[in-house]
Order: sequence, then structure tokens, then C-alpha cells
Amino acid sequence: MSDALPAPDWAVLTVLLPLLGAALAFVAERQADRIGFAATTGVALSSVMLLLQVAGGAPYQQSIGGWAVPLGIALKADGLAALMLAMTGLVGLGVAAQALRTMASELPPARQGTAAPWAFWPLWLLLLGGLNALYLSADQFNLYVTLEIVSLAAVGLTALSGKPEAFTAAMRYLLVGFLASLLYLLGVALLYARYGVLDIGTAQSLLRPEPVAQLAMTVMLAGLALKSALFPLHFWLPPAHGNAAASASALLSALVVKASVYLVLRLWFDLFGPTGLATEAAGLLLGLLGAGAILWGSLQAVLAERLKLLVAYSTVAQVGYLFLALPLDGTERGLAWQGVAMLALAHAFAKSAMFLCCQIVQDRLGHDRIRALTSSAKLPRSTQLTLALAAISLIGLPPSGGFVGKWLLLQASLEGGFTLWTAVIMAGTLLSATAMFRVLVRFFAAQPDDPVEAEAPPPGITARLIDLVPFALAAVAILLGLVATWPLMVLQVGAGG
Amino acid sequence: MTEAWLPLAILGTSLLVSPIIFSLPEERVRTRTLLNLGAATLKLALVAWLAWRVGFRGAAYEARLPFVPGIDLVLRADPLAVLFVSLSSALWLLTTIYAVGYLDGAPNRSRFFGFFSLCVASTIGIAMAGNLLTFLLFYELLTIATYPLVVHRETPEARRAGRIYLAYTLGGGVLVLAGTAWLWAAAGTLDFVPQGVLAGTTLDGATLVAIFLLLVGGLAVKAAMVPVHGWLPIAMVAPAPVSALLHAVAVVKAGAFGIIRVVHEIYGIELATRLGVATPLAALAAFTILYGSVRALGQDDLKKRLAFSTVSQVSYVVLGTALFSPLAAIGGLMHLIHQGLMKITMFMCAGNIAETLHVYKVSGLDGVGRRLPWTMGAFTVAALGMIGVPPLAGFVSKWYLAAGGLDAGAPWVVAVLLGSSALNAAYFLPILHRAWFREPPEPWPAPPPGARLEAPWMLLLPPLATGLLVAAAGLLASAPISPLGWARFIATGEIPGLPGGLIQ
Repeated sequence: MSDALPAPDWAVLTVLLPLLGAALAFVAERQADRIGFAATTGVALSSVMLLLQVAGGAPYQQSIGGWAVPLGIALKADGLAALMLAMTGLVGLGVAAQALRTMASELPPARQGTAAPWAFWPLWLLLLGGLNALYLSADQFNLYVTLEIVSLAAVGLTALSGKPEAFTAAMRYLLVGFLASLLYLLGVALLYARYGVLDIGTAQSLLRPEPVAQLAMTVMLAGLALKSALFPLHFWLPPAHGNAAASASALLSALVVKASVYLVLRLWFDLFGPTGLATEAAGLLLGLLGAGAILWGSLQAVLAERLKLLVAYSTVAQVGYLFLALPLDGTERGLAWQGVAMLALAHAFAKSAMFLCCQIVQDRLGHDRIRALTSSAKLPRSTQLTLALAAISLIGLPPSGGFVGKWLLLQASLEGGFTLWTAVIMAGTLLSATAMFRVLVRFFAAQPDDPVEAEAPPPGITARLIDLVPFALAAVAILLGLVATWPLMVLQVGAGG
Repeated sequence: MTEAWLPLAILGTSLLVSPIIFSLPEERVRTRTLLNLGAATLKLALVAWLAWRVGFRGAAYEARLPFVPGIDLVLRADPLAVLFVSLSSALWLLTTIYAVGYLDGAPNRSRFFGFFSLCVASTIGIAMAGNLLTFLLFYELLTIATYPLVVHRETPEARRAGRIYLAYTLGGGVLVLAGTAWLWAAAGTLDFVPQGVLAGTTLDGATLVAIFLLLVGGLAVKAAMVPVHGWLPIAMVAPAPVSALLHAVAVVKAGAFGIIRVVHEIYGIELATRLGVATPLAALAAFTILYGSVRALGQDDLKKRLAFSTVSQVSYVVLGTALFSPLAAIGGLMHLIHQGLMKITMFMCAGNIAETLHVYKVSGLDGVGRRLPWTMGAFTVAALGMIGVPPLAGFVSKWYLAAGGLDAGAPWVVAVLLGSSALNAAYFLPILHRAWFREPPEPWPAPPPGARLEAPWMLLLPPLATGLLVAAAGLLASAPISPLGWARFIATGEIPGLPGGLIQ
């Protein structure tokens, strides 16, 4: 069969399609939404095909232009990368489908001097291409480049809503992203100056635990922690995610923070771990910051007054869980690594669903103040159900994907008996349950506790909103738990070294 | 040979009907009622078939789905599961009839019955869970499914009760989760096995005790044991059918049932006794029994008095479980059913009194028996059963528990049971006295013209049926399908070497 028609290189398509689409959408702005959605669909399809290919048992590997490392650029995808690509493609497809219908409602009229609705599409496609390239890269400099692309596109998306708060948040985000990238680049430069390599696989055999390498590791991890909004460097995230347009928030929270966390895991287990740079103390420190993020983020979510802010703070907490893999697994991939991979996947689907629901709440009610929500018929039952399903996964109640991830983390934390980490996970679960149920119980409140004057929703908008997409995303987060054996099997592909 | 379809079908009759009911428009009353009653009847028929096959044909049913690494989600119909499934299926049918009548014309009925079905589905899953993780899944689902029922009326009072309920149950759920995860990490098994899967374990005592505390501490919340019983009396603001369900079938029973599974089938009563955790648990149960009864004495609100009575009565089950004696185990298992039948009768009767006469206080019950003779008749049977008057259901439970206490070398149990019976009498007999022997302060409002019954039949039939069952469970206790017969079947399969002289 392959004689007649060679199978396309799905991995390359996941990078090329969005970049091409971004250029086209930028030029043909009238057709931007159609081009954007078509490209997103193509990418989602390609990423799923790549995932199925990798799930077959062999990691993907390709040298661009036929030049082998160290001269050329290598693209690689092991099980984790393939899962992240598919996650990006599918969540992206969902958000894009919703954006197709709602974009016009989020963007203010052109007279306010902000971008027109079409601008979402080139920015999103650029982001998509950057994310996919990041997951496929195995070269530290390319990773830097992709990280920058992702940051710049993300800043653009933050500012897109045109609200003054969003603009301020975007500026802060830009500066933070800049500083973080510079730190990362400094580390890359240090390593390159000392060892003369950029490819992670090659560097693995050269790095030694010496001061230069340790310094490089420190600045790289610090940069990435800043970019991942790891507590206490999370200050920029809630205003950015809480004020951006809903589609943008969904993408930022579900996908963008994952990129830098992924990079931390990649570097930790592939580069710093095997070369003896990753010490127990470093892992402990990052783990403690993660624990701080879980507790602080959840607590802020409990206290948040606006729904969107609550959802944003929940992201801070969820990022914290992902960093627990470092102290729990040490330098070898183990249970905790599998757990955080599951958590990252489930979080992407649940969180995007939740942000899209925020949009529906805002448009139907004209506000998103939690204490003013009621059981009135204004909010469709389907939206309430979607929020509940997403909350179940984010809290980590069985049988959701979030539960499976949390279960694996708990197992890792309990290997030597009841530990601090176990207590942190339990406390985090309780806090996030409190935060989420604060919202869900409002659906059974006849009267608002804090009446607000709702802005009248712009006419003709509600009709455009559909619940099907967020519902599907939330359902995936739940189903992921019921079929967890499959992603966990895929994770093992190429995870040996 | 094991078959998977039957447990799935029994779970499915309520789990699948729930989303259909949710999506029905509010005004499709007839369709919704038909669906509800049809599903409940079908489930009851399936359960009867299951009980017959398991009890008299020795069949085994099991359904599995791989979940997290090494652990499957398992639904298994063992005799203990059948006991609880029968209770919840039978009472689901009756409570549904009652709820349809009770909520006639009320708002949000689609939502109510949707969550009602989900709640029953959770109890089925809890009953048939073949390991602790499956149990946890349905245990948490039960929390989520019952909250909307508790706050159904959406009043500030109901919402406060709902908040407190959530705080307690979610907290308890986290403890059970931690205990489950630790058990898997330490022992590598979560299966429910007669005699206890940990029976031959080599784990150190401290770890075992810590895990036991987490699991039983979490489960005690739903079982409403002192000091984590606070939510139950507050949650009685819920509509009467919900209280009936909460107190008889769903929530408190889920907690007590979980304690049975953990003590008997994870640890095994022998190991639990050796670890020194069984006796403190029995002592806490005994304290709860007395404490609940004493508090019930002081309540003038009828439903509150019943709620504190539940706090007390559910701990009979725990007491029987924690004593190292097959007789006590039989008494506890049997009381799981008996308490359900008696308490559901009383809550439905209380609902009838509130609906037809708008009387909510014990002090307002003077002469109620004249206006509602059938209702009060059922209430009386249940109340006498609770006190332990022979030959009603409660007597049989207490008899076995007392014999078990003596058998286990804990004669103080007899004193606790006697004290509790005296207290039961002290808070139930005044109700009966007022209802039957006092004059009403003013004539009761007459039934609407043309009504031949004292209350709508949908409100009257269910408590009469359960009242009859209370009498039957006591009178026919020696029949093989009585709660006693079944409890004995469970216990004898579980604890070999029964002292044959004590049990016929």
C-alpha cells in the first residue's frame, strides 16, 4: 500500500500546517476564520495520526533535510511528546470550533483601537505551530526558539480582548516571558560554550556535574519555572488568564503553561538526571515550590470572587502538582512522572472546557461573580453539567483522568509510607474541592448572595454560543480516566532513554 | 462460571435512566413517572433473580474494567452485596412512589428524580464494589448525587445544610482516598475477600493501624458516628423522601456498609481485633448509640428526633461489625436491613403528617392517630420495632447483638443495648401516647371531599408496605430469605466454626 502512496510525515505536518495557515490568515484577513479552522482541523488530524503511529511501539524520529545531528535539525517524538501533540491538537480544535462562533462577541469594535477579530487566527496558528515544534524538538536552541514563538503568540492572545486590564496583564506577561526566555537562553549559551553541543541526546553523554553546568541548570530551570508560573513566580498568570478573551484563556491555561512544564520534565529526566546534575536538593526545592503552588493556588481559588479568576488560580495549583514529579521520582521516570503526564492531559481538557463555560456564563448573565450566580434558567443545564464534569476531573474525583493522575502521584508519595507529599496532595484535593463546589452549589441557589448589576449582554450573541464543544472537552477529561491504561501504555514508548 | 451482564444491568437500570430523566421537560410528568417506576420495578425483578441465583444456585456474577495500573473496577454480586442491593432496590421502588406523590406539582422535578436515580445507582455500585477503589468511586458519586437532593428546596436553610453536608462528606472522602492509596502502596491489594484480604499480612502494625484509622475515620462520617455525626440532624431540612432515602438506604448505610467491608473483608475481624482497633471501634459505636438516643430525647422537631435516632441506630451495625463474634456480625448485618425498613417508615409517616396536617413538632402530635390512623399505625409498628419489642424486626437484631456481645466476651454490650432500648422507649413512646391517647387541641381539618383515604395513596402505600415488612422481618425471621436468614448465609460463609448451639 505504501508503494502507491507514501504515508505523509504527520509530525512535520503538525508544524508546517499551522505556520502556513498563519501566513495565509494574516494575508487574507477576510477568510482568516475559515483558514484558521481548516488548518487547526488538519493539525488535530495529523497529531492524532502521529499518536497512533507512536502508540504502535516506535518513537518517531526524523532529520530535517536529511542532515543528521549535529549538523541538521532532528525531530523526535516519544510517547509523552506524541500525547502532548495530540492533546494540543484536540483541545485546539475544540477551542477553535468555539472561537469560530464566539470570536465576534469577545472583541470590541474596531473604534476602540484594538485588533479586529481575525487577528485571533494568525496568533493562534502561530501558537499552535510553536507548541508542536517545541514538543518535537530535541535541540536546546530550537527549544529556545519555539519557546519564544509560543510566548509572543500567547502575549498577543492575552491582549486580544481589548480590555485595559488585559492590556496591562499582557505587558506584564511579555516582560516576564522575556526575562524567562533570557534566563533559559543564558543556560543554553553556558552549556554550548562549555561543551559545544545543543542536541539533548548528545549533551547527555558530555555534561558533568561541575559549576558551569550547575549554573546553567539553575538559570534554565529558573526561567522555565517563571514561565510555568510556579509559585511564587505565578503573579503574572491570574491577571493574564483572568482577563483575556475566553478562547485565549482556554488556550493559555490548557496548553501554553504545559509547554514550559514539559520542558522542565524533558530536561530533568533526559539531561540533568542522567548526567548527575539533578540533585536531590534541587528536586526537593522545586517540589516544595510545587507544594506551595498547590496550597496557595487552591486557597486563592477558594477566595476568588470572579469565576474566571477562580479558574485561573486553579491553574496555578495544577502546575504545582506537575512539579511534584521531581522530588517523588528522583531522576528516573517512575510513577510520579506517569501521574503528572496524566494530570497534564486531563487538566488541558478540563480547564479548556471550564474557560469556555466562563464565556457562556459571562455572555448569558452579563457578569461572572460567583456569589451572584443562581439556579435561574438563564444558564443552560448543559453548561452547569459541563462545569460539574470539568470540576470532577480538576478536583481529582474518580473515575476522571485527574483522578488517575492524582492516584499515581499518591502511589509515588506513599512508597516509603505516609509523607509530606501525601499530606499536600490530600490538602490540595480538599481545597480544590472547596473552590469548585463554591461554584457548583450556586446552581442550587434560588437567590443571589450578592446581587450585581449585570451588563446587558450584547444582542444576538447568545445564539452563537454552543455548549457541545465544552461538554465534549469535559467528557474527554472524564473518559481519559476510564481508558487510562492506553495513554499510560503510550507513555512507555521511548521512555527508556 | 461468572457472568458480567447481571451486575451491569442492575447498575444500569438506575444509572442510565438518570440522564434520560434529566433531559425530560418539566411538564412530562406521566413519562417521567412511568420511567421511574418502570426502572425501579425492572431493577427489583433483576435483583430478585440475582438473589435467587446467588443464594440458592451458588452462581457468581462479576464485571470488570481495567482502571489504574494493577487495579480493575469490579462489580461483584457476593451475598453481602445482594443484601444491600435488595434493600436499596426495594426501598427505591417504594420511595419513588412516595416521592412522586410528595412532590406532586412542585418545581424542578426532573432534576430531583435525575439525581434520585443517580443516588440509587451509587448505592448499587457501593454494594457490589468488588474492591476498595470501585467502592470509593461510587462513594464519591453518592456525595455528588445527594447534595442536590438535600438542597432541593433552595432555601437559605437548605443551602446551609447542603454546605455542611458537603464539608463533612468531602472531607471524609479524602480520608478514604488516602487510606485506599496507602493500602495499595503498602499491601498491593484492595480486594474484598471474606475473612479479610490482609489476614496473612506481614506489614507492620503501625502502618496497618494508620490505614485503618484513615479508612474507618472517613467512612464514619457518612455513617454519622460521633464526633462526625453533625451533618445528619442538619440535613433533615431536605424533603421527606430524601430524608427517607438518606437515613435508610443511601448515605448513612453507605458509611456503615463500607465499615463492614473494611473490617470484615479487608482486615478481617481477627486481624482487626489483634491490632487493637476493633474494640475501640465497638466502644465508639456504643457511645454513639447512647449519645444519639440521649440527644433524640431533647428534640421537639419530629424529623430532628428521628435524625438523632438514626445516629444511634446506625451504630448498631458498626457495633455488630466490630465485635469478634459471628452472632454479633449477623446482628449487625441484619440491622442494616431492619434499621432501613423501620426508619424509612417513620420518615415517610413524618412526611405524611407534615403534608396533610402541617404538624412538624412532637408537641403538636396530640390526637394525630384519629385523623391519620393508617399512617400512625405504620409509625407505631416501626417505633415499637426500634424499641425492640418482640416479635418485630428490631428485637431480632438486638437479640443477636446482645448474644454476640456475650459470645465475644464483652458483656457491657448487653448493658448498652438495654440502656439504648430504654432511651428508645423514652423518646418514641411519648409520640405514640400523644398520637393515640390525647385529644387534639382543635378538630383536624377534614380530608378533601371525595377522598376515601386519609392521604393520597402514593403517600400512604409505601409506609404501610414498609411497616408490614418490619413486622414480617421479625415474625418470619427464621425463613431463609429473611434478613436474618441472609445475614446468617453471609456470616457462615465468612466465619467458619460457628457455635452451632447458639444459632439454630
